[in-house]
Amino acid sequence: MLGEKVTVADKTAAPAPFEPKIVAFCCNWCSYAGADGAGTARKQYPANVKIIRVPCSCRVNPLFILRAFQRGADGVILCGCHPGDCHYMTGNYYTRRRLTLLMSMLNFMGVATERLRVEWVSASEGARFAEIMTSFVEQITALGANVKLRDLRCKK
Amino acid sequence: MQKIGVFVCWCGSNIATTVDVAQVVAAVKTIPNVAFAADYKYMCSEGGQELIHKAVQDYQLDRIVVCSCSPRMHEATFRNCAEQVGINPYLVEIANIREQCSWIIKDRAQATAKAIQLAKAAIAKVRFNTPLTPGESKVVKRALVIGGGIAGIQAALDIAEAGYKVDIVERQPAIGGRMAQLDKTFPTLDCSACILTPKMMDAANHPNIKLYTYSEVEAVSGFVGNFEVKIRQKARSVDAKRCTGCGICTEKCPSRKTSSEFELGLKTRGAIYIPFSQALPKVPVIDREHCLKFQTGKCGICSKVCPAECIDYTQQDEIITEHYGAIVAATGFDLLPLDKFGEYGYQDSPDVITSLEFERLTNATGPTEGHLVCPSTGKEPKSVIIVSCVGSRDTSGRGKTYCSKICCMYNAKQAMYIREKYPQIDVTVFYIDVRTPGKAFDEFYRRAVEEFNVHYIKGQVGKVLKDARGGLTVFASDLLSDKHLMLHADMVILATAVKPAAGARKLATMLTASMDNDDFFTEAHPKLRPVESPTAGIFLAGMCQGPKDIPETVSQAGAAAVKVVGLLAKDKLRTNPCVAHCQENICSGCLACEKVCPYGAITAETKTVINLAGVKEQRTVAVVNQTLCQGCGACTVACPAAAMDLKGFSNQEILAEVDALC
Repeated sequence: MLGEKVTVADKTAAPAPFEPKIVAFCCNWCSYAGADGAGTARKQYPANVKIIRVPCSCRVNPLFILRAFQRGADGVILCGCHPGDCHYMTGNYYTRRRLTLLMSMLNFMGVATERLRVEWVSASEGARFAEIMTSFVEQITALGANVKLRDLRCKK
Repeated sequence: MQKIGVFVCWCGSNIATTVDVAQVVAAVKTIPNVAFAADYKYMCSEGGQELIHKAVQDYQLDRIVVCSCSPRMHEATFRNCAEQVGINPYLVEIANIREQCSWIIKDRAQATAKAIQLAKAAIAKVRFNTPLTPGESKVVKRALVIGGGIAGIQAALDIAEAGYKVDIVERQPAIGGRMAQLDKTFPTLDCSACILTPKMMDAANHPNIKLYTYSEVEAVSGFVGNFEVKIRQKARSVDAKRCTGCGICTEKCPSRKTSSEFELGLKTRGAIYIPFSQALPKVPVIDREHCLKFQTGKCGICSKVCPAECIDYTQQDEIITEHYGAIVAATGFDLLPLDKFGEYGYQDSPDVITSLEFERLTNATGPTEGHLVCPSTGKEPKSVIIVSCVGSRDTSGRGKTYCSKICCMYNAKQAMYIREKYPQIDVTVFYIDVRTPGKAFDEFYRRAVEEFNVHYIKGQVGKVLKDARGGLTVFASDLLSDKHLMLHADMVILATAVKPAAGARKLATMLTASMDNDDFFTEAHPKLRPVESPTAGIFLAGMCQGPKDIPETVSQAGAAAVKVVGLLAKDKLRTNPCVAHCQENICSGCLACEKVCPYGAITAETKTVINLAGVKEQRTVAVVNQTLCQGCGACTVACPAAAMDLKGFSNQEILAEVDALC
């Protein structure tokens, strides 16, 4: 399994289960509120997901995502309002285009496209937020660690 | 050196049960620049805020991180708290360890570890925060109410009474909405028109209220305090100023085959019509699709008979542009279409009707002048069956999962008025539950059962069929006696689910207001801010926010009006300082930012700047209008030089969070 590669250095210890690092960028108006909704409804989802709040999904520079991968994130998920529902009218359309472009280059850069996901989650979709996060963590766990960049990153 | 204070909230037991707050405090204390860390039972309480104040003074803190509930809940509280003790409110960051830790993770070790990481990310971000000062924007002292039903009328009246100008936009030719269609209202059984018409009159005659009927909102731009709204006033083909409302044109119109919208298709109307007798404004409108003059060029009778000479076939739609400080959405409801509910036979028999159609059938101004008759025969029914929850509380996917809330009460009301006027008619109500919370509501329902002898049967109706004798056969179950029933009825009334009015989603998109999965407008907080949309300056009244009865609608409309008045009473608003700004010395003037800005907040200006080589030069740079900018950040990503950045969510700040989390 790919996941076991992380622990090969220490052969004496039992391999710790792979816990992926996941960064979720959530827009303030829909998805972050959706995450709050998941909390309010006590919908459980894995602790691996760490949320960064941004005003709009279009605030997320693709370079932030690459930075996260470079620093060793195993998966990045970007959540915005549903198309047509953007608080700033057109923000998520920019996101959609920019991320389509990034997606097309991700493999070339050595990151499996499956490690990046874009989802539209509205403020009322707390349960869906939890489901998406759970499925994304499962997907990344199955993919294993983001070995390529993790080996290269400038951090012990 | 920066001195950061970290305050970890227990939120009573909400956080402390699953997150080891002491461990979070111990962990953050080791981080450079953290000069103070403490935990407290309720950080948002007075005691908690005093703790923050005292720590700031004792340790000369200059930045604050609060690990607590969602920033959408208490960011403002802690920013105010910081401001009181002399710290710029934008030097406060919140780590959301309730909604994102304790409430979604059961494992204490995992939740604590995540809480520590979120705290670290917030600390990493706050290091780069800069003091920000909100700007000011003007407030246009005029409100817009969208929808002229009881919710809109009440909201407009309350705003107008407080001394502010208010416009009502109603897409129908007259105001009044659904309430105008009702016969009587629960729990008092007073006539709906008798209590609504005076309010309609007040609204139509109020010096501060302007009505735009037969009009729709076409476009909305701007923001709280100054929305620019385009209203399409559809052509009535009648000069409203000259028309006296005599109605001769509507009587003489030869085209009589159009079904009346107001009468829900139970009656026809002319191509030129006034929707109902108490309509306000009492000005007819020509339905061009069915008008012989418009369709064939011949006719023109209305024009010939009009004594005021106000028929104008050349009238065009008019676009009115107006500015408003606040907007109230009061767009009301429709009934769920019954095409997916074939088992009730609504499509097969005219004697199967919706509750709203029943209201018209018993209304003295309705198609039968209030005589209850079966639409198929014109004869009085001998037995009536009422079916509750048609499309409500439906998890099959055909209907709505929510309870429509008003049906149990109007079922009792309708059963009562049948039994009161026609004691010989037998009335049976099939129900899943009878839900009658509310003042004098349960007493009302009991009166239906005990005084009016309405039969209530717990169970669902499975099928309604036309039978050979001309009536209806109803197959149902009686859950309490565990029996299958086959009953005869002459009329079946379906208590049909309510849903937000058609077009509500389109409007929400224009207002950038959010909606839930059922297309009801979302409130800013379900308990504490129930009449406000999360979008500043947009307020909610009535059914568009969720199912509710008339008393609740009126209360909500009043509450929305108070919020509007509170907003309009201010001369200036503090604007969000988290806006874009351009670092002019590295801006190349390519203006990629200008093209993506949805607010037109970015313009090109020729300026003298000192370039990176330290040389003074004159060139074009992008300049952000701080009042127009709403802070989405689209421009920051478009900028190839990273000259454009967003205050409060800067590249540095977000990258610091990324680094802290990975």
